[in-house]
Amino acid sequence: MKILVLIGNVPDTTTKIKFNADKTAFDASGVQWIINPWDELALTRAMELKEANAGKVESVVVANVGRAITEGTLRKALAVGADEAIRVDADPLDAFYVASQLAAVAKDYELVLAGIEAADYNSAAIGGMLAELLDRKSISAVSGIDFDGDSLKVSREIDGGSQSLKMELPLLAIVQKGIAKEPRIPAMRGIMMARKKPLNVLAPVEAETLTAYNSFEMPAPKAACKMINEEQAGDVIRLLHEEAKVL
Amino acid sequence: MSVLVYIENWDGKLKKLSFELASYATQLAESLQLPVNAVSLGKVDESELKKLGTYGIEKVMSDSNELFKSLDNRAIAKAINAAAAKVGAAIVVIANNNLGKAVAPRLAVRMKAGLVSAVQGLPVSTAPFVVKKIVFTGKAFANIEVKSANKVLTLAPNSFKLVEKAVETLVEAFDSGLTAADFETIIESTNKVTGKILLQDAEIVVAGGRGMKAAENWNQLEELAEILGAGLACSRPVSDEGWRPHAEHVGQTGKIIAPNLYFAFGISGAIQHLGGVSSSKVIVAVNKDPEAPIFEAADYGIVGDVFKVLPQFISAAKEMKS
Ligand SMILES: Cc1cc2nc3c(=O)[nH]c(=O)nc-3n(C[C@H](O)[C@H](O)[C@H](O)COP(=O)(O)OP(=O)(O)OC[C@H]3O[C@@H](n4cnc5c(N)ncnc54)[C@H](O)[C@@H]3O)c2cc1C
Ligand SMILES: Nc1ncnc2c1ncn2[C@@H]1O[C@H](COP(=O)(O)O)[C@@H](O)[C@H]1O
Repeated sequence: MKILVLIGNVPDTTTKIKFNADKTAFDASGVQWIINPWDELALTRAMELKEANAGKVESVVVANVGRAITEGTLRKALAVGADEAIRVDADPLDAFYVASQLAAVAKDYELVLAGIEAADYNSAAIGGMLAELLDRKSISAVSGIDFDGDSLKVSREIDGGSQSLKMELPLLAIVQKGIAKEPRIPAMRGIMMARKKPLNVLAPVEAETLTAYNSFEMPAPKAACKMINEEQAGDVIRLLHEEAKVL
Repeated sequence: MSVLVYIENWDGKLKKLSFELASYATQLAESLQLPVNAVSLGKVDESELKKLGTYGIEKVMSDSNELFKSLDNRAIAKAINAAAAKVGAAIVVIANNNLGKAVAPRLAVRMKAGLVSAVQGLPVSTAPFVVKKIVFTGKAFANIEVKSANKVLTLAPNSFKLVEKAVETLVEAFDSGLTAADFETIIESTNKVTGKILLQDAEIVVAGGRGMKAAENWNQLEELAEILGAGLACSRPVSDEGWRPHAEHVGQTGKIIAPNLYFAFGISGAIQHLGGVSSSKVIVAVNKDPEAPIFEAADYGIVGDVFKVLPQFISAAKEMKS
């Protein structure tokens, strides 16, 4: 089995979000880029599966649709342990466009892992779109994957509980928290080795966009917090009832 | 052209979320001067589906195939697509919950539709078709234009206020044309959370962070939640420690919720935590550190010890309820 892990390149989670003057685009100046948190967990789990199934998992490859700016993030994925990286050299214009690009590279991978959403535009779309473009089974909200060398044992969260599933390959798994305990941090050796691993740059295929980001807004500033003394804590309940009318 | 809404069921029952979706689809259809239909998959009693009439749904297509129970993502997307084709739907509305998030992108590709997930309310404009959604995990909003003729929208739970519009609902048998071979998700076991208010459904949420100190102290949060009819949540370190189940973890890497009221006990208010809760209408924070960032996001705050405040909240809440 070959595993493909989709890698979103997103601003560090503590980034202060700014837009350009006419609020039509994200201002990326000074931004630190990271592997999208769920993709980092997906990659960690992919490495664990490879290690636990010597010979059965041939390789773990990571893929991103983005410009050269994303190469730092891809190198980090290689340092974590991926064997090879693919970058489709195009702006990630919208979810359908990105999924169309990924469809052109994902066909040969029996297991594809996507994150549940990217921390930037939160479109929560690419994994499912790619599965449909590949006409392949998908399981979403996946919180665990095991491989017995033949089929997969997958746990997923459903609305109101969780389930344990048995799935045959090929599969596209859209993963969330729980898939791996902690993201794997690259070791020095990994960082050295990553420099020599292949990072293949591919030209994009012809594809449409179906949505456009017209403009951005910041949330309205919040009114100051009303402070109550610890000794009168019970007043909060009264205020929630009488003033805020939420109780 | 028409608007179609996918109405999910939980063991044959509808939930508040179903009515929010129905009401949203009705209002959306009205703003576009289009008819609205619903589709239901799996075994649901006619009397249950007729309840959608309170929110303007005149027709429900019901495919009672039991196999939909396996929640096979591809099969459900196919079935909704078949329903959309049957009534000429150009816009499909789906819940932004686990199932909806799994199905909507697949359906969007099938329909060659632009997808916007977790939309906030009705469109900002209908021509061009622009909707608003949260981006950067709550740090900003985007106005997104859907350029394609077909559109799929997912609606965040608890984000749309129900508007009553009573009509008579016709429930029509519908065959989406799927066969047993279309269902490829093999379920070995299911673990249902029962008897508790689910976090995603909750209008009030009581949450605890590392400041709660230990798993056993949650009995006080449970007591308050019980009195208020609230769901329980926690910060990431709390679920990482195993004090609480992962399903209760909220924030950027957990669930994103928007209840009417959110209580944060002993939670510092890290930006990744706020990403999951900042859309709550009212936030109450209790923290012994006056500099804790949670107070910048809160509406009501107490600088103090959670273990002194909780008993007072519990007795005040009991008093209010009696
Ligand atoms: C990529 C990434 C993603 C993340 N995603 C999430 C996420 O989804 N959700 C999430 O929650 N975190 C997330 N985090 C972690 C986040 O940064 C914080 O570390 C975490 O939210 C802190 O949890 P806490 O507030 O419970 O604990 P702490 O930061 O330890 O805060 C405990 C608070 O309790 C107060 N306190 C202590 N004792 C008492 C007492 N007796 N009475 C009153 N107050 C008391 C303290 O003053 C303190 O403010 C993420 C981090 C990263 C890097
Ligand atoms: N530009 C991209 N290139 C490759 N994979 C991506 C890209 N953007 C998002 N993804 C993947 O799709 C998942 C969901 O992202 P999104 O649909 O954009 O919220 C992410 O967790 C990634 O696994």
